[in-house]
Amino acid sequence: MTALDRGRPARNAGQRPAVPIKLLYFAWLRARIGCAEEEIDLSPDVRDVAGLLDWLRSRGGGYAEALRDLSVVRVAVNQDYVGREHPLREGDEVAIFPPVTGG
Amino acid sequence: MIRVQREDFDVGAELERLAAGNHRIGGVASFIGLVRDMGGSDRVSALTLEHYPGMTEKKLAEIETEAHRRWPLDAVLVIHRYGKLDPGDRIVLVATASPHRESALVACNFLIDWLKTDAPFWKSEETPAGERWVASRAEDEAATRRWSSQP
Repeated sequence: MTALDRGRPARNAGQRPAVPIKLLYFAWLRARIGCAEEEIDLSPDVRDVAGLLDWLRSRGGGYAEALRDLSVVRVAVNQDYVGREHPLREGDEVAIFPPVTGG
Repeated sequence: MIRVQREDFDVGAELERLAAGNHRIGGVASFIGLVRDMGGSDRVSALTLEHYPGMTEKKLAEIETEAHRRWPLDAVLVIHRYGKLDPGDRIVLVATASPHRESALVACNFLIDWLKTDAPFWKSEETPAGERWVASRAEDEAATRRWSSQP
């Protein structure tokens, strides 16, 4: 069993098929979670960004710590900023990161 | 033009190239961001910039397009570095060229304000107390928001 397998939500037999997406983490979120990117099969009952963040937090450990305060968490889907209600689709690239500090 | 790179840049050469051959241009404005040696009350010995390749270029290109939409600009240049930098090193160059100074100056200000809150870069500082991520500033958010009510 790989680290990725352990992170996969259980498939929900008879429901919508699981939705594969790619997750990217940056800055202190990456450091706390302990990985820069991973691919997961989204459980069919996770439909939007808010649901994904809740599910990630439920994995505990570094995920729960990194996502404890969602007011400092930004999300981009396919390289555009999105709100928590944004729906997730197969093949989406979902990036999760703190407020940006460039310039 | 947008460039995201690890290497340093030559400010004089970049500004010269921006206006070269276009005699409609009457003014070039520029902003250069440098690495400070202090973060709050702590001495900073190095700064590391992380970014999101792909989204960084996309957001910077969108900001450039928006600047062209708002002001009559002949040229726009944004160069932003990533990787490990020392105090005094250049981080970013924003330059704008237009027939008259006002558009160039205002657009340059707009570009750096937007870049700071929209482009996915993150700074991490090395201090005597260890490495720490720079927190975003409410003033930067406010600086960007004021442009949403202007042309």
